[in-house]
Amino acid sequence: MMSRSVTRKLLGSIRGVSTSARLNCPGAPASAPAAQRGRELIKSRELEKDELRPLYMDFQATTPMDPRVLDAMLPYQVNYYGNPHSRTHAYGWESETAMEKARKQVADLIGADPREIVFTSGATESNNMSIKGVARFYKARKKHVITTQTEHKCVLDSCRVLESEGFDVTYMPVKSNGLIDLQQLVETIRPDTSLVSVMTVNNEIGVKQPIKEIGTICRSKNVFFHTDAAQAVGKIPINVSELKVDLMSISGHKIYGPKGVGALFVRRRPRVRIEPLQSGGGQERGLRSGTVPTPLAVGLGAACELAQQEMEYDHARVSMLATRLVQKIMTEIPDVVMNGDPDQRYPGCINLSFAYVEGESLLMALKDVALSSGSACTSASLEPSYVLRAIGTDEDLAHSSIRFGIGRFTTEEEVDYTAEKCIQQVRRLREMSPLWEMVQEGIDLKSIKWTQH
Amino acid sequence: MAASSRAQVLSLYRSLLKESRAFPSYNYRTYALRRVRDAFRENRSVKDPQALELLLNKARDSLAIIQRQVLLTPAEQEHGHSRHTIQRSVLSRSLSLSLSLPFPSLLLLSPGSL
Repeated sequence: MMSRSVTRKLLGSIRGVSTSARLNCPGAPASAPAAQRGRELIKSRELEKDELRPLYMDFQATTPMDPRVLDAMLPYQVNYYGNPHSRTHAYGWESETAMEKARKQVADLIGADPREIVFTSGATESNNMSIKGVARFYKARKKHVITTQTEHKCVLDSCRVLESEGFDVTYMPVKSNGLIDLQQLVETIRPDTSLVSVMTVNNEIGVKQPIKEIGTICRSKNVFFHTDAAQAVGKIPINVSELKVDLMSISGHKIYGPKGVGALFVRRRPRVRIEPLQSGGGQERGLRSGTVPTPLAVGLGAACELAQQEMEYDHARVSMLATRLVQKIMTEIPDVVMNGDPDQRYPGCINLSFAYVEGESLLMALKDVALSSGSACTSASLEPSYVLRAIGTDEDLAHSSIRFGIGRFTTEEEVDYTAEKCIQQVRRLREMSPLWEMVQEGIDLKSIKWTQH
Repeated sequence: MAASSRAQVLSLYRSLLKESRAFPSYNYRTYALRRVRDAFRENRSVKDPQALELLLNKARDSLAIIQRQVLLTPAEQEHGHSRHTIQRSVLSRSLSLSLSLPFPSLLLLSPGSL
């Protein structure tokens, strides 16, 4: 328990930060060029004085920190502020102990050895390190990299950089349920393939790839297997030995930990060699130089330990809430499509397409629920999400898709409110839609010849 | 021995719920209340004294964590920003239902918890 004066000081500093917090509406990044096309724009603006805060249903974008994680981090932000790489005094020793404890906590969650965990600034850095690092290290004899079309932007962009360096990259297509075709993967692997990168759980449609099978294939063909497990770690059981994964990216702020920290699992047996991206004093086994941020690492470790303890409870609860949401919406309104495989998925990420309703207008109508119409970090382009395009969704359905994220802190009331509001607004928007009128009259929209003036 | 430890457990349970109700954030508050209730319910039939002691220590640590975290987040009454959308609708619904709900639930829906 803290003394009154400390409390007052802490409250004062926190209050100063929170009053200046801006609310960015979910559609803002995708809407910037929308103005140029003359479409409606979801402007970012501050909440008005008595306006209520929206419900948070965007757990794939980021998650609130668990109070227990914040509690673990506080001493290292306030008192134990030493550099963990200082070897000569107690400040360094205590920080190092904390960092190593956090490393063990992260390793235990994924069934790895603590020496195989490297702390990074997030899953984006981990992805960059693994893809560019492995490809460049083995480039003398292996010039081919395989990934999928539904990967996160950082993976696709890293592969694009590799292409400009002279590598061959194959972007494998996915089936209409979002999963990759294993037979096609076997055929795509060449003798000069160095790396296969497939994400465990997709952040937009929530599908769970068959990682174990892919791992077995890669092992048998002597190819390194990297997986971006940012959305999967702590939510579904993961064991890197069982899944035969050689590299795995972990993100702190997706598992109720702090933002700005992540980890990379780099297998030691058989050894995976990486060319380091960040040069410097040789910290983190030379793979990622730079002072490890002790409070953030401690937060990540605490988040991982919590996730391990709460995994079963959270999974049962999230599944229950997800079924509740989907049942409610789908029984009340027709013409709603769930994108992605119905079984091979993580239940907390639901991507629904509402036919004959425009996605951005639905998001604006649902302004008191914080939702997203796709990935928060897809570039500011007006095109519908590339993930939805890769699974073969029709252009018009892809424009009207909304992603609902459910997490540890979601309540039944929030889910019910979201479902009711969604049903209400979809009905209202469809009433106004001439396309919907035509469909009700039985006209097949695909047979219409839209006249050109 | 058994009687005092039962009283201990109950008093710990009550303190945890009382402290959890003080969270200004709707999501943290509902999570803490729910998790505490479910955890105690799940471990209702544990008899082994060592396991019991372990669980009780964990509960005491959680109590300290909740107390610290409640202090950290500012009381948000003066900022209209922080009233959560759901609280208005829940409040309106609960007031209409409160007459028909059994007594214990009323305690949790009291104004102090919203």
